[in-house]
Amino acid sequence: MLSYAEKIREIAGRLLTSGSVEMVIGFRQGTVPMMNEPHFAKTPAQVQALVWDSHCGINLANYLTDRKEKIGIVAKGCDSRNIVTHIIENKIKREQLVVIGVPCKGMVDKRKIAMKCPGEITAVIEDEAGVTAKGGGFSQRFEKKDVLQHNCSLCIHRNPVIHDELVAEPVPEQQGVDRYADVRSLEAMGPEQRWKYVEELLAPCVRCYACRNACPLCYCPTCFVDEARPQWVGKGQDPQDVRAFHFLRAYHCAGRCTDCGSCERSCPVGINMRVFTKKLEKDCLDLFGWEAGLSLEVRPPLDTYRPQDPNDFIK
Amino acid sequence: MKMIAIPKKEWPAGLAKAAGSFRLFGPVKEKEFHSFKRLENGQLPDFSCQNTRLSPKHLVYPQSEVMLTYSLDESRPDHHIMKEAPADTSPRAVLGIRPCDAKAFVLVRMNFDTPDYKDPYWLRAYESTTFVGLSCASPCSSCFCTTAGCGPFHEEGLDVLLADAGDHFLAKVLTEKGAAWVAAGGWTQTADAKAEGRLADLRQAAEAKIASQVQTESLKAADTTALYNAGFWEEVSFACINCGTCTYSCPTCWCFDIQDETRGTSGVRMKNWDSCMYPLFTLHGTGHNPRGTKLHRVRQRFMHKLKYFVDKYDRGIQCVGCGRCVRLCPVNIDIRRVCGLMNGLAASGEACAID
Ligand code: SF4
Ligand code: SF4
Ligand code: SF4
Ligand code: SF4
Ligand code: SF4
Repeated sequence: MLSYAEKIREIAGRLLTSGSVEMVIGFRQGTVPMMNEPHFAKTPAQVQALVWDSHCGINLANYLTDRKEKIGIVAKGCDSRNIVTHIIENKIKREQLVVIGVPCKGMVDKRKIAMKCPGEITAVIEDEAGVTAKGGGFSQRFEKKDVLQHNCSLCIHRNPVIHDELVAEPVPEQQGVDRYADVRSLEAMGPEQRWKYVEELLAPCVRCYACRNACPLCYCPTCFVDEARPQWVGKGQDPQDVRAFHFLRAYHCAGRCTDCGSCERSCPVGINMRVFTKKLEKDCLDLFGWEAGLSLEVRPPLDTYRPQDPNDFIK
Repeated sequence: MKMIAIPKKEWPAGLAKAAGSFRLFGPVKEKEFHSFKRLENGQLPDFSCQNTRLSPKHLVYPQSEVMLTYSLDESRPDHHIMKEAPADTSPRAVLGIRPCDAKAFVLVRMNFDTPDYKDPYWLRAYESTTFVGLSCASPCSSCFCTTAGCGPFHEEGLDVLLADAGDHFLAKVLTEKGAAWVAAGGWTQTADAKAEGRLADLRQAAEAKIASQVQTESLKAADTTALYNAGFWEEVSFACINCGTCTYSCPTCWCFDIQDETRGTSGVRMKNWDSCMYPLFTLHGTGHNPRGTKLHRVRQRFMHKLKYFVDKYDRGIQCVGCGRCVRLCPVNIDIRRVCGLMNGLAASGEACAID
């Protein structure tokens, strides 16, 4: 994926020079290891700052919401699916966009790497198949497949579903992936065990809402947790309110979530709140044969009625 | 004040003794990372922790704190009367707090303890606490305390400063409170005459390891409006998702919001952390918000920390350089970079105050 950066800069430069877009949204080099910053270029000179590597896990569709300009946007598989969802939900127009597709090989999980290293990581060097983390007195190489973000290890849509440009040949999609092992284990639990699991999962939550805000789906002008009249949820650290936030947010993402992993990646305390959205993702697949963001033509299950929709919940 | 040597083998027994007169708190590792917790009987603070992921500010200033309680039950004579919520203000000691985090309390105090206003909740928690700091022998690569008015052996805000000296801790007793804590632990061995020199050497070695800096020298003289109107805010704020992680992890951020929560006929008035990154921050009753966009919010964060605070208190920046926001911002907005942009603009003369 390292060669992508050059190509991204070339395409971005061309788009800006020809005036076909006013800005290109991508990533620039981060200031700490394993982090890059979403960034825009508005002039051909500024495209030099754009980079690409295995630390571009933030979903850039989040930066399109209600923008008015013509935009070039760098999009890996999941970003492209959220761009599709944004278009379907009228948060951006297809005509405004030039999608610079990135056939993705997955993003690495900086926490996984940090936990496997004996000390603070001060530099990470990437090669085609992995990364080497260095710090005071250690240097450790990891195969990429061993340190992928959990969602990336389960991803079967690495190639952008819509694109106007492509920075490289499509990559082979992962085959034979068991995408829902974690959800099945959750489903198999009894209510008490599941409740305990959720309690423990959410105990460290500080309600910063990074998970919500990193999510391209969470674009409501006023989120239900911020509503004051009426106030749906308490604002303190009562576990009941914390749970209400997580459960409701997950439902708001039903049929829309692409499992891009931006939420989990952004959480300062490392909570895997993706289990909730993944459960709903699985339900959508099981009940409606639906996967979010794959097509601009088909309406999502939650805003369409089809006679064959399951209805056995009506007693 | 004096310097005590605490042999490491006497540390657990002394702590057990001190636990008789202090509630003890310290860094504890749970799953992935460390945080400050009440230490159970016999539990030792984990000093192997470089620093806790989130700051210890919640010890004095909890994320959610009940201030008052009330009843709406009109059959009760005290209905609709606000009552002080019970709080434990017995002495406690926070062990292994890093110098940056202790200094942060000193900055926050300037807001919560003024001649005109005193926050009783913050103050009683602060005053009941003895801060036993642990100097940083190996600072994180993202710490920039030495240029943020602090340092790995900084003493401001501490009652005792500990330094790891191999088989013992050197304990520099800085206040009466600190002396009382050392006495409660029963550690009495005065450090030898060379201890001061050893501490200075350790300090120098640690300061030399601080790899990252901020430039702040031109901020004070800069023109506020010019900084406010600087061209870089669009670029600085672009990536921000307004999540408030920076605020919540920051030891020096002090903003809060007040909420009443009623269940049935009984309720509480509580204060909750707030953040200038949030859409409800400074939202007026009219629906207008003077900081209505992401750019406004991000600018508020940095202008408050690096300019308004500097102007108001003349005590440097509202940041101790702990590096948490740098490490935790999900989109890598880096205060060191922003500070450089602001200071650079000021230094360039384009943002000079006209006097
Ligand atoms: S979810 Fe798929 S497309 Fe998205 S970053 Fe991971 S591997 Fe790439
Ligand atoms: S990002 Fe993490 S800590 Fe913040 S609200 Fe979400 S789950 Fe809670
Ligand atoms: S942590 Fe980063 S993204 Fe979140 S509000 Fe702060 S600057 Fe913005
Ligand atoms: S602004 Fe950042 S570096 Fe400074 S004290 Fe707060 S969290 Fe630490
Ligand atoms: S930076 Fe923002 S949240 Fe922090 S103290 Fe200042 S205004 Fe409050």
